[in-house]
This record gives sequence, structure tokens and C-alpha cells, in this order.
Amino acid sequence: MQSTAPRPSGFTVPIDLTINGQSNHLDVAPWTTLVDLLREDLQLTGTKKGCDHGQCGACTVLIDGVRLNSCLILAVTRNGADITTIEGVGTLDNLHPVQRAFVEHDALQCGYCTPGQICSAIGLLREGKATSRAEVRELMSGNLCRCGAYTNIADAVEDVLFESHREAAE
Amino acid sequence: MKRFDYIKPTNVDEAVAALASNVGAQLIAGGTNIVDLMKYDVAAPSLLIDINGLALKDIEALPKGGFRIGALVSNTDIAYHDGIQRHYPLLSSAILAGASPQLRNAATAGGNLLQRTRCYYFYDPSTPCNKRQPGSGCSAIGGVNRIHAILGASPSCIAVHPSDMCVALAALDAVVEVTGPNGRREIAFADFHRLPGDTPEKDNTLAFGEIVTGIRIEGQPDPTHHTYLKLRDRLSYAFALISVAVSLDMDQRVISGARVALGGVAHKPWRDRQAEAALIGRDPSESDFRTFATTLLAPAKGQGGNDFKIPLAEKAIVRALRQAVAGTPQVQSVKAIA
Repeated sequence: MQSTAPRPSGFTVPIDLTINGQSNHLDVAPWTTLVDLLREDLQLTGTKKGCDHGQCGACTVLIDGVRLNSCLILAVTRNGADITTIEGVGTLDNLHPVQRAFVEHDALQCGYCTPGQICSAIGLLREGKATSRAEVRELMSGNLCRCGAYTNIADAVEDVLFESHREAAE
Repeated sequence: MKRFDYIKPTNVDEAVAALASNVGAQLIAGGTNIVDLMKYDVAAPSLLIDINGLALKDIEALPKGGFRIGALVSNTDIAYHDGIQRHYPLLSSAILAGASPQLRNAATAGGNLLQRTRCYYFYDPSTPCNKRQPGSGCSAIGGVNRIHAILGASPSCIAVHPSDMCVALAALDAVVEVTGPNGRREIAFADFHRLPGDTPEKDNTLAFGEIVTGIRIEGQPDPTHHTYLKLRDRLSYAFALISVAVSLDMDQRVISGARVALGGVAHKPWRDRQAEAALIGRDPSESDFRTFATTLLAPAKGQGGNDFKIPLAEKAIVRALRQAVAGTPQVQSVKAIA
């Protein structure tokens, strides 16, 4: 029986990630979390590191369209993934409907949790499981807001949800 | 995080071989618990075996009813699976009571079973903990123990298993399928997790080198008479102080089958089959529910900070049985308790 000695700190693994539509070939140390890869190596600082333990949701990104906490993901385990961060969600000239709703409903104060809230809301809308305010609140419960803008966040998400219901019905 | 080696096997046999030949190896799938434990230096594997390439990602309908859930199916995909929602709504409900959507999207079926306790002292390497460092002592006994066990604890450990999904799987008499160096075997759910005794470092009965490959649910419980009632310090996104999974079969007003599991109270989902048997044949009244709760909780013992859990569990059991009999299960997005 052997006990593998840990590799020296120079050990990297090659991976390919599509990030906001751009292909990236990267050599990553296997202990690099996705949030650190995005923020420190790729300068995509829109994704925020809050608790770094999966408790606050500030680091939420979309991976293959699914919302996930990037602080609990080792980048090496997501070789081949298609990642959307807040930088890929909309532009200043062409806001995503969720971004527009957050502005309209004043759904933030300091803004630190907002990129995660918006990515999470986009994931929620894609999942299609929320049909009421109670369900919006429950299914947004993975995103904490220390400023307590929850009422307006729920208003913003509800607005887009029912708007998209109207569009789907038309 | 301590440095480690990394491999990604492409099949179960390769993964088992790697796990069984490296004492410092651990598996990673969704990563929601192991990555967190590594950040706190509670886990420090020398080799991380990434099992995301294994073909364990399907939910398969079984010929005689029931499902085999691959170990790598996400918690979300189990909870929202049409057949599981229809035939095993208790399982869906329990999963949706736990964690957050982001975590459920990442966390796998196998990882849910294998997640570690959230005891504060287990997570804090500056304090003694027999589960983290055998023989070092238990800081929770005589310490802050609001969230800790009232049933099945030992002088070595009073930690509780944190899962919601496992409480439902215990009530549904699931079977865990595993593969190890000596081949495949099955473990009844009741025998999968264990009580701490004097070896609290062992959460379960997996042998060295064994990998969970799937979970089978085969019973045909009446899907109408169930509930998953979870009580916690806030209404969402918190671990259970007490949870109750109930699955009843009813013949008109009479109970013909009863399976009740408790979460948040012990080192494993807690059942008392003798107490359950006493419910059979009853056209149940509130006093039957109270008798059941009292019987089940007879061996309960508080640790000071968690004494409140004993009367809370009694009330929760009575309430959950009432919900299940009435066919009005707790809805996880509606916080009012019927």
C-alpha cells in the first residue's frame, strides 16, 4: 500500500473552459477554486467572493446554464464547461432583463451580492420551478444580502418571472 | 488548502483501484462538502480522485417499480424527477428542504450520503474532536451543543448527521449499492450510517476502498400519506434542529404501514420499528401520535444546550403524523405549518 506524497506546488493540469463565449486553454493547479481562477487569474472580478464556504451565494455563476457556487468548485473538475459570469450577462447599453429589473426595483444597496443574485435569478428563471412569490423567495434563499434588500430583490425577480410568463403565453 | 495529487479515472474499477491503493486518497464529485472541509484543513487528502467521469449519472426505472439513482445524479435532478415526484414525493420534499438551489445543483446523491457532520468543533481544528482526531476528546460535550444529538450519542461524540435526503431514504428503506476491491455489495439504508460508539471517526459502514455507485428505492408506499417536516433556526437554507419524515399506508382511516425517520437528532437517521409497529391497525387519534412520539423519544437525553430538542421533537412528530394521515404534506416553499 502506498501513500502518495503530495505533488509540489508547481503541479498543474491542462483544462479548457469557455468563459462568456471565449475559449480558454488553462493550466490550473488542482487546488484552485473557480472563483479564484476567475478573479485572480482571469481578472473577471465581477464574480464576488463573500464567505468562500458556499453559505452566501455571492460567487454564483452559471455553468452549462446551471447556477452554482464557484467557491466550492475546483476548476480542474469542470474541464470542458461553458461558464457565464456577470461580465457575460449583459452590457451597459444592453442590460439583461434581470439587470434591468434590479435597477428598476432598486434591488440593492452596496451591490456586493448583486452579481451573484443576478446569476442566481437567471438560473432560477431557466429552471422554471418558481410560480409564486413564496417560491421565488425560497428558490433565491441561497443568496444572502447583508443590506437586506430582499423585498426589492424578490420584486425584481417576480417582475421578470411574470413578464416571461406573459411572453411564453403570447 | 493543503496541496494534493489529482487523477480523473474513467470507470468505477479504476476509481476503486486508486482509492484502495492510497491511504490518503479521497473522492470528489460535486465538491460542496469536501472542498469546504479542505479549506478548513479538516480534510487534507494526498490524492483527490475526481469521479465525475464515471457513468453513474442516470435515474433508472426498475422493472418491478422503484428507481435506481446513480451516485452522480445531482440532488436537484432527483428532487424534480417526474417519477420520483409521483411515486416518492417524500424524497423530493426532503431534498428541497435542504441546502440552497446552487448547492443542490452541485451536490450528488452519493455525496449527500457521505457528507460530514456540521458540528462546530469538528470544523474547527484548534479544538479537540474525536471524529476529526480520534482520542483527542469531544468539545461539544459540556460545550456549545445546541445542534447536537439527543439519541444514540456516546461519551466520544454527540454529532448529528446533517442530511435531509437521508432521512427520507431511511423512511423509504432504500438500499445503497457499493463497489470495492472485493466486488459489489448492497447495504440496507438502516445499516449504512452508524452510531458513534467509541469510533466516531467512522460515519458509515463502507469498507476501505469502497465507492457508493447508486441508491435503490423499491418499496411502493402510498404517495398520498407522507410529509417531511423540518424545523430550524431560520426558515430556509439551514440545517435541521429536528426533522421528521413520515410515510404511511392507509386503508381507509386505518394505518396499514408506518415508516417514520427523524433527522437532526442522531449520528444517523433515527427509526424505531417497534414504535412504528404499534401504529399499524390504528384509526389514529392525537393520543396515538403522542404515544408514538413518547415511545420513540423514551431513550432521548439532552446535553444542556440541546435539551429543548426533546419536547420540540415530540411536537414535531405529532404534527408530522397529523399531516401525513390527513394527506396534507408540508410544502417546502410555504413556511406555515399545517
